Amino acid sequence: MDILIAIAALGIICLIAEIFNLRKAIVPVTIIGLFAVLGHAVYKAKFGTTLLSFELDENQYFNMVVSDKYALGFSSLFILLTIFLVALTPDFHKEHKPKISDFVAIKLFLLTGAIAMVAFGNLSMFFLGIEILSISLYVLAASEPKNVKSNEAGMKYFLMGAFASGILLFGIALIYGATGTFDIPSIKALSTTDLPSWYTIGCVMVFIGLLFKIAAVPFHFWAPDVYEGSPALTTATMSTLAKVAAMASLFKMITTLNPHLAGYITCINVVAVLSMIVGNLIALRQTNVKRMLAFSGISHAGYMLLSIHFTNFADAQGNLLYYAAAYAFAGIAAFAVVLSVCGKKGNEEVYNFNGLGKTNPLLAGVLTCALLSMAGIPIFSGFFAKFFLFSQILAKGQVTLVIFAVISSIISVGYYFKLIIAMYTKDSTEKVQPVPVAYTTVAVTAIALNIAIGLVPSLVMGLIR
Amino acid sequence: MDVSFILVILLFGAAATWFVGDKLASKAALIFSTAALAATLYVIYRYNQGAPVSFIYLWNQSPRIFLGFQADGLSLTMTLLTTALTPIIVFSSFGNLFPKTRAFYALILFMAFAMVGTFLSVDGLVYYVFWELSLIPIYFIALIWGSGTAEERKKSVIKFFIYTFAGSLFMLVAFVYLYQRTGSFLNLHLYKAMLTSTEQTWIFAAFFLAYAIKTPIIPFHTWQANVYQKAPTAGTMLLSGIMLKMALFSIIRWQLPITPWAANEYKYIVIGLCIAGVIYGSILALKQTDLKKLLAYSSLAHVGLIAAGAYTLTLDGLRGAFLQMIAHGFVVVGLFFAAEVINRRFETGEISGMGGIRVQSPKFTSMFMILVLASVALPGTFNFVGEFEVLYSLAQSNIWFAVIGGTTIILGAFYMLRMFQQVMLGEKNEKFFADVTVSEGAVFVIILAVLLFFGLYPKPITDFITPELEKVLVYINRFNK
Repeated sequence: MDILIAIAALGIICLIAEIFNLRKAIVPVTIIGLFAVLGHAVYKAKFGTTLLSFELDENQYFNMVVSDKYALGFSSLFILLTIFLVALTPDFHKEHKPKISDFVAIKLFLLTGAIAMVAFGNLSMFFLGIEILSISLYVLAASEPKNVKSNEAGMKYFLMGAFASGILLFGIALIYGATGTFDIPSIKALSTTDLPSWYTIGCVMVFIGLLFKIAAVPFHFWAPDVYEGSPALTTATMSTLAKVAAMASLFKMITTLNPHLAGYITCINVVAVLSMIVGNLIALRQTNVKRMLAFSGISHAGYMLLSIHFTNFADAQGNLLYYAAAYAFAGIAAFAVVLSVCGKKGNEEVYNFNGLGKTNPLLAGVLTCALLSMAGIPIFSGFFAKFFLFSQILAKGQVTLVIFAVISSIISVGYYFKLIIAMYTKDSTEKVQPVPVAYTTVAVTAIALNIAIGLVPSLVMGLIR
Repeated sequence: MDVSFILVILLFGAAATWFVGDKLASKAALIFSTAALAATLYVIYRYNQGAPVSFIYLWNQSPRIFLGFQADGLSLTMTLLTTALTPIIVFSSFGNLFPKTRAFYALILFMAFAMVGTFLSVDGLVYYVFWELSLIPIYFIALIWGSGTAEERKKSVIKFFIYTFAGSLFMLVAFVYLYQRTGSFLNLHLYKAMLTSTEQTWIFAAFFLAYAIKTPIIPFHTWQANVYQKAPTAGTMLLSGIMLKMALFSIIRWQLPITPWAANEYKYIVIGLCIAGVIYGSILALKQTDLKKLLAYSSLAHVGLIAAGAYTLTLDGLRGAFLQMIAHGFVVVGLFFAAEVINRRFETGEISGMGGIRVQSPKFTSMFMILVLASVALPGTFNFVGEFEVLYSLAQSNIWFAVIGGTTIILGAFYMLRMFQQVMLGEKNEKFFADVTVSEGAVFVIILAVLLFFGLYPKPITDFITPELEKVLVYINRFNK
């Protein structure tokens, strides 16, 4: 709860700073504040206590928010990702200086939503979290009002998202009807007893609502258009922070709710395999980098869904966090490069990257590393993420799923390398543009973190185990 | 000083080469690769003295992964092959002017680092990491500095990458499965895993896929000729001289001791495939008009024979395969270098555009002649020792394998000598062919010296590797009594 309050307060400070004409201070203050909260969260996850002189008693909030290691680990990841996204904001919105406070504050509110989605102890808190996250994203998607595509993206996302939220809320209502409580531990305790059949329906609806949020096949149709139409920074937010947050809460839901339904695990397996294969196959045919990364994100959601097969719960949580971190860091690095290459060009076609290896070797190197990590080539953490995940699934005896995952990895190499080849074998036709320092810094830091957690996995795993 | 020191030198060398800039890069690469060679020799000396030179460090607790580098006869020999060939490969590129020189040489050293890591690792996962890591530099070397149009090059390079990546991923699954069974990735623990016959069959198949693609063994060879032709010569040397030995070495190090039952059960099928590759490579080599492609197919035939020797599961076969790996490594580097020397002067890879070199360049002709003779395994050269042992072991398992495999010597002699005739002999070429420079000559002399010395006196190497191969055989024979 302390983390939630701190971040919401930070968002409000941003808005107030704008009123008092302190625009220049907004981004530095936010980043410093977020680092402080990050330190707090990591410390709490590692040692179980805080450095603060006072403690907030979780019981005062009727178990609305739990701060277990899972919640704290993911919260730390979200805060780190938000730091990156906030650092990219001022350069990206250079033409809209007066709106900086809005963009930063919305990202902070989005972060509170994301944290509520993993730290919930109560279904109503969960719903609040997912709505705060979604509404912030609707606003960000449509944040270029003069761009038709951005309007389209915002509208599409809003309509589809509202529909999914409706389904989700209906599901929560049905669960409440069956159990008489929103409290997660109580529901978990009751779920082993005999419950009316609408409890099952409710659970399934909650799962579907979340599968929509992570854009798993067949609930993925909104993703490519919304990703392509939204401003690139929003796409980066959606495909890293929002996706990872939804995935973390889906994992928590699946492992908490017991839907009394034979074969629902099979259904989730099918969804996961379809996401991996379909996402990667369609990505092969894309020429727009944002769309390509959207489909690649769909396939990564499929991999992360497989983490519901485990023999050791704490390990599975750690593996999911590790996968999410590896994927999100690579995603942030890739998007930072995409922003700096395509920032002014108005489209994100692959040909924009021609000759980047010559004109800007550093950014080309970062993007190469990010793509290799997503493809799962060792020493990048994307490989170890897949490796830990495969070990976990094999320990459960699910060989077929691993084979599907491997085949889909092989397919994915095809399109990741398309971009790498464009950077290194083709010649650039345009003049070299200067790249803002913030973009380069974020790209390099993100990829360095990616490699660091690849070399020392316990950095991430240690937060949960 | 233990074996990890070699890796550190190579990795540091790669970084240093990149940082010293384009002008000094080639020299820095040569210095660091020679330093690595010196370190390897010193480690081998210490190993022979009985000093502990292995390195082990617990890298991750759960799952248990050791950063372990084991020094024994087999891994040290392969390390020596790599660190001996790397300076030669670096030195042979001195005559070429590449754009982005520093990246080129840094990638060569990085590749050597990954390959040495593959040979030394005892932990299956670390081994896999190095195995995959070696793909990245060769991918960029072939992509950026290769010959031919960018479109064609792109196609063949990406085909190569996807092929090998696909194969190795199944190997990774096999390793993960083995970890679930034994709780360890260390090779000795994996050898002792008592796997059922079904498990062995699948794991054998997964390993085989990875190694058959990398070696390559028929029908997984289709990437090879194009990549060899398109890659710059240094890349081709790395690929054919060292990288495919990673697969052959891994067969002996990992595949056979872990799945001995399956290896014995499917012995004839696998050897059949290898021998088919020998015939196929030889016949295709007969028809090639491009020198590098001809050498690529002849290499396909030779490695097929090496793999066949390893899969016979006899001491002769394993030892022959091992000797042949080293001999083939040197010979193929020499031959590709000769192709490069001709290419520098005539600027063509087509055999029809060559000819009449002997009149202009007697020194080069005689050195090339010895290389060709070594390649067809003339007695007195290193290749003869290995090839003879391999054929002998094939004869032990089935005489027909030896008969069919032996025809390659005839076919090989035919196409290599015909190639020699077309390339070197005949009327004086209109184009001017300057005789080899001192640095080019030095490369040839080193390679020829190695081939002739060990051809006449292979005892140091056989003594070094035989005890280790006998240990491997103990694991192989455990199931097959």
